[in-house]
Amino acid sequence: MLIQQLANGLFLGAVYALFAIGYTLIFGVLDILNLAHAAIFMLAAFVALSLVGAGLPLVLAFALALVFAGFLGVLLDRVAFAPLRRRNAGTLVPLISSIGAAIIMQGVARGIWGPDEHRFPSSALSTSEIHLGGVTVGALDLLILAIALAMMGVLSYVLRSTPLGRAIRAVAADRVAAAILGVDIERTIALTFFIASALGGAAGILIGLQYNSVSLEMGSRIELKGLAIIILGGMGSVTGAVIGAFILGAVETLSIAYISSSYRDAIAFGVMFLILVLRPTGLLGKRALRAA
Amino acid sequence: MIEFLSQHSKLIDQVGINALLALSLSISLRAGSLALAQAAFMGIAAYVSSVGAVRLGWNLMAAALLGALAAALVAAVLALPIGKLRGVFLAIATIGFGEIARIVEINWPITGGAEGFSGIPNDASTIWIYATLTVVGVALYLFGRSKLGLAVSATREDENAARGVGIDVAAVRMGTLIAGAIVAGLAGALYAHSNFFITPGDFGFGRMEQILVMCVIGGVTSSAGAILGALLMTVLPELVRFLHDYREVSSGAILLGIILFAPSGIAGLWQRRT
Amino acid sequence: MSLERRGDHLVVERVSVRYGGVLALDAVSLDVPSATVVGLIGPNGAGKTTLINAVTGVVRPVSGAITLGAVRLNRLPQYRVARAGVARTYQNIRLFAALTVAENVRAGAYARPGVLTDNALRALLDRAMVHDHDLQRRAGTLPYGEQRRLEIARALASDPHILLLDEPAAGMNPRETGELRALIRAVAESGTGILLVEHDMSLVTAVCDHVLVLNFGEAIAQGSPAQVARDPAVIEAYLGTAAESSSA
Repeated sequence: MLIQQLANGLFLGAVYALFAIGYTLIFGVLDILNLAHAAIFMLAAFVALSLVGAGLPLVLAFALALVFAGFLGVLLDRVAFAPLRRRNAGTLVPLISSIGAAIIMQGVARGIWGPDEHRFPSSALSTSEIHLGGVTVGALDLLILAIALAMMGVLSYVLRSTPLGRAIRAVAADRVAAAILGVDIERTIALTFFIASALGGAAGILIGLQYNSVSLEMGSRIELKGLAIIILGGMGSVTGAVIGAFILGAVETLSIAYISSSYRDAIAFGVMFLILVLRPTGLLGKRALRAA
Repeated sequence: MIEFLSQHSKLIDQVGINALLALSLSISLRAGSLALAQAAFMGIAAYVSSVGAVRLGWNLMAAALLGALAAALVAAVLALPIGKLRGVFLAIATIGFGEIARIVEINWPITGGAEGFSGIPNDASTIWIYATLTVVGVALYLFGRSKLGLAVSATREDENAARGVGIDVAAVRMGTLIAGAIVAGLAGALYAHSNFFITPGDFGFGRMEQILVMCVIGGVTSSAGAILGALLMTVLPELVRFLHDYREVSSGAILLGIILFAPSGIAGLWQRRT
Repeated sequence: MSLERRGDHLVVERVSVRYGGVLALDAVSLDVPSATVVGLIGPNGAGKTTLINAVTGVVRPVSGAITLGAVRLNRLPQYRVARAGVARTYQNIRLFAALTVAENVRAGAYARPGVLTDNALRALLDRAMVHDHDLQRRAGTLPYGEQRRLEIARALASDPHILLLDEPAAGMNPRETGELRALIRAVAESGTGILLVEHDMSLVTAVCDHVLVLNFGEAIAQGSPAQVARDPAVIEAYLGTAAESSSA
């Protein structure tokens, strides 16, 4: 039974990880908490839903919605953050700017798709289950896990072994030094937003498939959990976000099974609060607490 | 005129309550603290005053004052662990606190849980709301011109230089948090007593975002700005009814516009003209 | 302003400050009596600002004692040190930039009972030789030299026993430096003790009664400005910087 719960936690954690990576990437590179990330998460799910509804195969819809999310992220940066960078506005002003962008995105989503919950057409989803040594998993869940892990793997490769990845890490470590070394800062930031938003969008589509539910509220539900995850893992650390996400996924599924579910969310926020007070850098955060 | 007022009395009440909420956040923002706990303080006071009124028969004034007191006590306790936090970290910690408060409200039997608490006497009239707003507004205005008000502004500008002239920055931050909690608490009690019914969801991160938006649009460090922002953002949805489901876009667009082009808010724009 | 100020004696006794593994100050001792100007010089990184930070409570010494009259300073939080009568200016100006000139000076007087009248405010601006008397002007919009002098006015507003000036002449032209010279001597004469950190050797020579030289956190020489300028250890520490500055 425990293993079953852990397996469920694994699936949940994988999708949380995709979302949290995007959050923490942007914070690591720009010192901004992008509260519009959750709105892109939600919009990507809706776009995928509509594409599937229009007759596209799920794989194609997923890919297109991903790309949409990426470009939306770049647009978000151009409109809401880049002008503030030019005038050296600090770190709190972009936070509020991201809220403005998020509200606009929510408004557009509500206008296009309305306030109700939507579902994927059942033809798109497989309900088959697989039994592996006492544990039952849905084929869909396995697929989702596989996709999530694959994307994390690609990201890891990009960050470690490509020029882009090195540029991103350089800008995250020290923007001024990176500029001196010849890194094209604006291009790197734009690409970071593309990647982060595409990952967040992927998380949205996958969670939408996992629970077969796409609604306006899905963003706000995950937004605050994402915060808890990146604080736990350490803001700016991608590995930390992944570890934090799996820990949260495990804790959530285990606590539903073994403790009352009502205080489940409080655990995440309680831990987050404690970490901020005692060890703000989290598990793996490379940034010390900075006075804003 | 009278007709207009009575037709729109609900909206007018909302403006008053939102103005109090925006003022409560502006107190912390004037000290430079992005302490996003006002929605939680509102909720704590709303529940304390509601439960007290329904189960213990408190009248409005007693219920509101005791609710605000409860919020103030929680703020005093909260101020200690978050004392060293700044900027984004402070914001996140207080958001986390807000979530914990909301979850407690969902689970504590006395509050009626997620379905909410009902049967609250509807005795917070428009007069009460605006009387409270007037008292708070005048108090903040006088405070702003006092020595303590200067200490708050100095803390916002440069904490270390403020310490260097003898200002107890930690006390300023705690004091502004508690003062904000009292005002938010009053707003919460008035909110509860002007609706029959409250739920924990009324006091979550969504509400906190709304309050922050009002303050930013009006002008973050000014009382007049906070009230203006509350007025605008409360009536805006009514004005843009014609946008139907796209209504929210107008709020977001205004917020973005202000941040990009007029970061000191509407009050800042006004100041620049005169 | 009372001209009968009798300041208290600042005593720094064998103070050491550690940053991580590095000893930024090593058993440094210093006296600043009232009505005296003490100069603190040394190459960049010698520990001069660290010493000021130790006195004001920004950093805590690992050993040694700092006292102002009867009050032990090195255990106090910053704001209490300020309230005990220690005022300072900063190497990089730290005015309350968005606040007005009047608000900056009034903030300086925060720890004093009561409120400064506009006349008292103007008197302070005069004393610090701030030329622009527009009280409602935002401090951040003042020209550089005026900002430095406004910072001094803010420091003087608390009627301090001890005034710590961290490179007040930086970026000033010769005329402004001359004004600064007169200002420092006037403040000292009114009873306040002054610790002056400076690179401008002609200013140091003109106003200081006594000079302490730091290098790598250690005191390497003490004495009158003339004595210190001749000290071979000092000359070596600066390696030619002394020759440059003396022609300034």
